[in-house]
Formats: sequence, structure tokens, C-alpha cells
Amino acid sequence: MIPELGHFALILVFVLAFSLGVVPMVGAARGYTTWMRSAFSLAAGVAVFAFVAFGSLVYAFVTDDFSVRYTANNSNSLLPIYYKVAAVWGAHEGSFLLWILISSIWTLAVAAFSRHLPLAMISRVLAVLGWLIAGFAAFSLFTSNPFERALPMAPSEGADLNPLLQDFGLTVHPPILYTGYVGFSVAFAFAVAALLTGRLDAAWARWSRPWTNVAWSFLSVGIALGSWWAYYELGWGGWWFWDPVENASFMPWLMGTALVHSLAVTEKRGTFKSWTVLLALAAFSLSLLGAFIVRSGVLTSVHAFAVDPKRGMFILAFLGVVVGGSLTLYAVRVPLIRSRVHFGGLSREVLLLLNNVVLVVALAAVLTGTLTPLAYEAFTGGGKISVGPPYFNTVFIPLMVVLAIALGIGPTARWKRTGVRFLIERLGAVFAASVVIGVALPLAIAGAFKWQVAAGTALALWVVATHLQDAWLQAGRRAAGLARLSAGYIGMTLAHLGFAITLLGIVVTSHTSLERDVRLAQGGSAQLGAITFTLTAIDRVRGPNFLAEQASVRVDGDGAPYVLFPQKRHYVAGGQVMTEAAIAPGVTRDVYVAMGEPMDDGAWTMRLHYKPLVRWVWVGALFMASGGVLAITDVRYRRLRVRREAAAAVESNA
Amino acid sequence: MSRASLFVPLAAFVVIAGLLYAGFSLNDPHVLPSALIGKPFPPFDLPALGDATGSPQRYTAADVRGPALVNVWATWCPTCRAEHEELLRIHRESGLPIIGVNYKDNSAQARDWLQRLGNPYAFNIVDATGSLGVDLGVYGAPETFLVDASGTIVYKRVGDVNRAVWEREIKPHVDALQAEASRG
Repeated sequence: MIPELGHFALILVFVLAFSLGVVPMVGAARGYTTWMRSAFSLAAGVAVFAFVAFGSLVYAFVTDDFSVRYTANNSNSLLPIYYKVAAVWGAHEGSFLLWILISSIWTLAVAAFSRHLPLAMISRVLAVLGWLIAGFAAFSLFTSNPFERALPMAPSEGADLNPLLQDFGLTVHPPILYTGYVGFSVAFAFAVAALLTGRLDAAWARWSRPWTNVAWSFLSVGIALGSWWAYYELGWGGWWFWDPVENASFMPWLMGTALVHSLAVTEKRGTFKSWTVLLALAAFSLSLLGAFIVRSGVLTSVHAFAVDPKRGMFILAFLGVVVGGSLTLYAVRVPLIRSRVHFGGLSREVLLLLNNVVLVVALAAVLTGTLTPLAYEAFTGGGKISVGPPYFNTVFIPLMVVLAIALGIGPTARWKRTGVRFLIERLGAVFAASVVIGVALPLAIAGAFKWQVAAGTALALWVVATHLQDAWLQAGRRAAGLARLSAGYIGMTLAHLGFAITLLGIVVTSHTSLERDVRLAQGGSAQLGAITFTLTAIDRVRGPNFLAEQASVRVDGDGAPYVLFPQKRHYVAGGQVMTEAAIAPGVTRDVYVAMGEPMDDGAWTMRLHYKPLVRWVWVGALFMASGGVLAITDVRYRRLRVRREAAAAVESNA
Repeated sequence: MSRASLFVPLAAFVVIAGLLYAGFSLNDPHVLPSALIGKPFPPFDLPALGDATGSPQRYTAADVRGPALVNVWATWCPTCRAEHEELLRIHRESGLPIIGVNYKDNSAQARDWLQRLGNPYAFNIVDATGSLGVDLGVYGAPETFLVDASGTIVYKRVGDVNRAVWEREIKPHVDALQAEASRG
């Protein structure tokens, strides 16, 4: 009964979202205030029924209702309760329902927090979001209905959630990632509404900015979680593979990063308008492209969901309507009048433009690399080729070097025009110090010179030092002044420090990690750098839904001796075999042991890793995300709203 | 900037969408790529497990004709022990022949295991060095393959075969093969 209720709620989501797409839009075109106002209640209705639909599916999982086909395929009565809930989004149908839920929550949030915007604007924004949700709901209902029953032959037991997904990281990864993906739909909706009304101004940028920041922050955390998960769960010690599905999330992130910066220029200086609109359309278009890549099976990858040609065609058609439609609107409606604001040869505008160019080139490179195998196959009819990390690293690293250098100059540079002499005076000493320390510091710690590490350390120090220097000067050279810096400024600084942290983590871990495949007999040991690993025991242990062989590996030479317990798990329900790596995490380094295969004499092959600063890769992403969120608490957004509400009150009194 | 140049993003999108469409109609997404599916069973020439006395018989790929399951197992493999009951049941209830590949194992222990636990296998091939395992892409035991009448691999299972896997994944394949065979 409950699954049917969920199914019905999903149908209502479609109907209400469709009305949300039509009624306020017509109202805005004709000037019918009541029709426009209906957007708020329709948005609330969509969200309520999306909650009901999602809650019904959660109920089916928690109560082990295996008469629901999706539950039977993805859950098992042996699963711990938290994985039963997580199993709801463990496969295509449920994860898409989650996508719909998150989409409707964003829409509700826009409706709730944007009542101070002009009615004609906000009703159009909500209507655009309504079209999108209607499209998602139709996709779910027609091609991937999670509520389908497997009656009358209901299985008594479920097939289990893929063991790879039975893990904390993957439990929280999809909701956070989707919140980021779908969040760009708000910037998209604002852009489309602005194109429809012809109102492309600084106010539009100010309205879009907080939403974009939050979406971008979620996407940053989502990508970092995915990378962290791959690191500890796949057992290879790698944290980024340039896999098509990783690229699918990375491309909107690159575009979103460009958008966040371009919106800053449009808000503060009123320039880059048509460019900013294009970025807003592109960021969400790339999110949809990512959805197509993941769910159509057009590019195979470790992440690919079970595929169905009907789904691929539906998403491709949806992509055509949404992206094709919005880009056509852009081409027809964007104002041709060039902005009359001038800026000099060297200014903050120019540096931000450089940022945008670098990020868009990086995006084009990733897009090309992701689609090349497809193009190759389509045009030559040949087999599958892989572009792989060498290509991506070759194009990506020089771009990031340019980005880091420009980023150090950014905060010091002034709007309109900055003297080169001023920049050299202010930053010359910092630059020299960064280079010297960048070379000396890794040499002092590791005792060996590697130019990549030296360059990476110097760049990271450069970004950190220039930002701290600027913050100190902005604060009037007083510690008390730091507290009075605006939230927007602190957020920016935090995010940029995060970039430096991630950069340093990537460079150091890529170039100084140690790795060895060894064969360990009971009592045998192996050496990795200064560390000795000794296999002391192999035991059989029992988990809630798996049996495992667990090794005890003593680690000496890495501070006080400790023991790691890597496992080879055998999941009872599905029969899969999984490697569970054991990691001794740390700020300065991770020590990582993964079990390989058993040998005939009771020995095991094992993979040993020593990974300096690997955690910095993800910690940096957390800094970036917190910077993005902190920036939206800036008083200027609140002040504006109060002023507008006051104006509206005066208007309605008159 | 002219109006025409504003259509550049749209044009770029049309190219990408065309590519996606082409790629999409190209791949049959139902077929998950696996190196072995649809390939003939790899050639080999290995001794039978047999009994300890006398010179053992040898088998080659010509002896692997289905519909039959090929099960890679070993006595050092706890999962194989768990799977054993299910293999016995499958053989008993469906009559489907199961060919064993005794993988990197001690032959005496393997014979003892079959005597103690029952023997579901039509015959067993001794792959002491794991050479056949390499050709089959085995990365651990147990693994199970389904071969058709021409000796072509139609299905591969990594991990144990249990009741659910048999009912849901393997049996439909077997039924299809048998239906095909009866149609002639």
C-alpha cells in the first residue's frame, strides 16, 4: 500500500511541477499577479509530495518489502538499518528519486528566501525550476519507476546492496553531490528568467550569487567525498582516476568555479554580463551531461548504473530541450550593447578574466578527453581507446600553474587599474620568499630535491602568503581588524587557502608516495622506506552480512608501533569479494595496507603504501566549501533584503 | 560582437549532442563489456585430478563442451567450501554437468575434499601453476563460467554461486541454451 502511495505522490509531483512551469510563466507574461503568486504554493506542493514519494521508498527499504522490485534488487534483510536507508539511493531508480527530492528542496528554498525579489522575476525563476522537475519526474515515472512491484512472484529475500556501496563515504556522497549538481539549476533558472525579462544587471548577479556559492560548495564536498571513498575503498591507494564519471562531476565544478568568479565581476562592476549568463547556463548543462554519461552507459566506467537504452534516449532528448533551448534563448535574447565600463591593462577584472579563461580551457580539455573515446569509436568504428591520466595531467598541470600564479596577485590587484610598480612593491618580497622556502622546505624535510615538489610548495606558499598579507593589510595591520573583515572577504580567503592546501597535497602525494606489492608469509615482514610491516596473524572474522579474512599487520618505524587490520570480505548474500584496506591516517602521512590474494602456502600478497599529505587534497576541498558558504552570510545580502522589504512595504501602503 | 557569434555555444552543443547520439546508438548498452564473454574457452592441455594411481588422463579445450558450468575452486578457499553445497544441489536437481578447475591446489587434499564432501564435478582439471587461471582472467577462487555447446563462454561469475545467483542469473542462461539446443 505504501509503495502505491509513493507512486501516486510521484505522479502528483509531476502534475504540480508541470503547473508550476506553466501557470506562473503565463502569469508573468500577461501580468496576472495571482497566477504569478501561485508559484509559491505550487513549489511547496511539489516539495511536500516529493518528500512523501521518497519517504515511501525509504519505508519499503526499512521494512524489507521485497515485493517492490527495486527493493528486492538492492537491499537485504541482513543489512544494518543505516545501509538499508542508504540503499534507497544505491542504484539508478532510487538515486533519481533522491535527485527529484533535492531538486524540489532547492525550489522550495528559492521560493522561501526570495520573496523580496520582483514578482515577475521570481515567478519565472520558479517556473523554470518547475519545468526541470516535471522533466525529472516524467523520466522517473516512464523509464525508472522505483515503486514497481514484483508481484505475484515476490522474492523472500533481497539481492543485497552492492558491497562497494556499503560504506559511510558512499552513503553521504550521492546526496551531497546531487545537491551540488541540482543546485546549479537555480543559477540556470535565474539566467533563463533574466534572458526572458531582459533584466541582466548587477542585481541579477547579486540574487544568483548566494545560490551558486552554496551549490558549488556542495559539489566541492561531494567530489572530495567521492575521491576519499575511492582512496580507501577501492584498495588501489589512488584518489583520482580521470574516470568518465569523475569527470562528469568535475566538469560542472570547473564551470561553477568560473561562474562564481564571473558573478563577482558582474555584481561589483556590472561587466561580463553575457559571459556570466552563458556560464550559468553551461554549469547546469554540464550537470545534465554528467547525468547522461552516468546513466546512459554511453561511456562505461566503474560507476556506471545498470543501463537501459530508453533512459539514455530520454535524457538525451531532455538535454536537447533544456540545453538547446536555453542556448537558443541566449543567442536570441542576450543584449548586444557592450558594457561601457572600462578597465585597464592590469586590474582585478583582467585577472578574473584570466581565471575564467583558464578554467574554461581546462573544462574544454576535460570534456575533449572524456568524449574522445566516443568520437574515436563513432568515426573509425574501431575498438575502445582510453585517453587516460597522461593526457589529462599533461594539459591540466600547466593550466593550474597559471591559475595559482594569478590567484596570488588577485586579492592585491585593484578594480579598474593596478600599477605594475605597485604590485611589484607589494608582492615582490613575498614571491622571492615563496620560491626560496618552496625549494628549501621539502629539501629540509625529505632530504631529496624534486623540482615538482619544490614548484608545488612554492606555488602553494605564494597563494597562502599573498592572501594572508592582503588580509593583514585590509585589517589595518591590527589583529582586532581581522574580526571586522567582511564575511565575503573571509570566505574568499578561506576558499583560496583551500586551493593552496589541495594543490600542495596533490603535488606532494603524487611525487613522494611510496608503494610496494609484497608477498607476506605468517611472521614475515617487508620494508617500505623506513617502515617495517610484519604479518602477525590471519584470522577469520564475521561481520553483520559478510565473512572476512583479516590480517594483523604490525607497523614499526612510524612512531610508536601499531597494528593494522586489512580485510578480504566475502559478502554472504551476493557472493562478492571485496578488499577492505586498513589505513593509519595522519596529518602528515597515511600508511595504507590492502590485502591481495592468498598464496597456496598460507602467505598473502599485500599492497603497502606510504602517502605523505594525501589528506590535504580533501581538507583543501573542505576549506573551499566552507569559504563558499561563509561568503553568503555577508551582510550586504541581508542589508539589501531589508531595504527591499521596506520598499515593498511602502509600495503596498501607497 | 555580432548576433551570429552568439550562436557558437549552441553550435558546440549540437556537435556534442550529435556525438552522444552517435555513441549511444553505437554501443548496445545491454552488453556489458567483458573480455571473455563470447570468446571460445582458452586452449589448454592439463592433467585430470583422477585418482592417485596410474598415469592421469589429460584434458584439452576440446573436452569443454556445454551447456556446462566450469567452476574454478581450491581447498584453500573458504568461499569454495560454502559454495560446494550449492554446486552439489545444482548438479543433483538440474543435471547440468559441472567441470572443475582445481586451481593452484594440492591434488591429494583436493581428492580428499571431494571424497569427504561429495563430488558434483563431471571431471576435474588440475591447474597447479595457475596457467589456465591466467588465460581465464581468474583473480581469485571461486569463479564460475557457463559455456555453450561449441565451448564458447556465455557467462562469467566472480565470487560464489549461491541460490540467488543461480536462480536469478545463471539458470535463465542455461534455459536459453537448452531451448536453443532443442530447437536444433
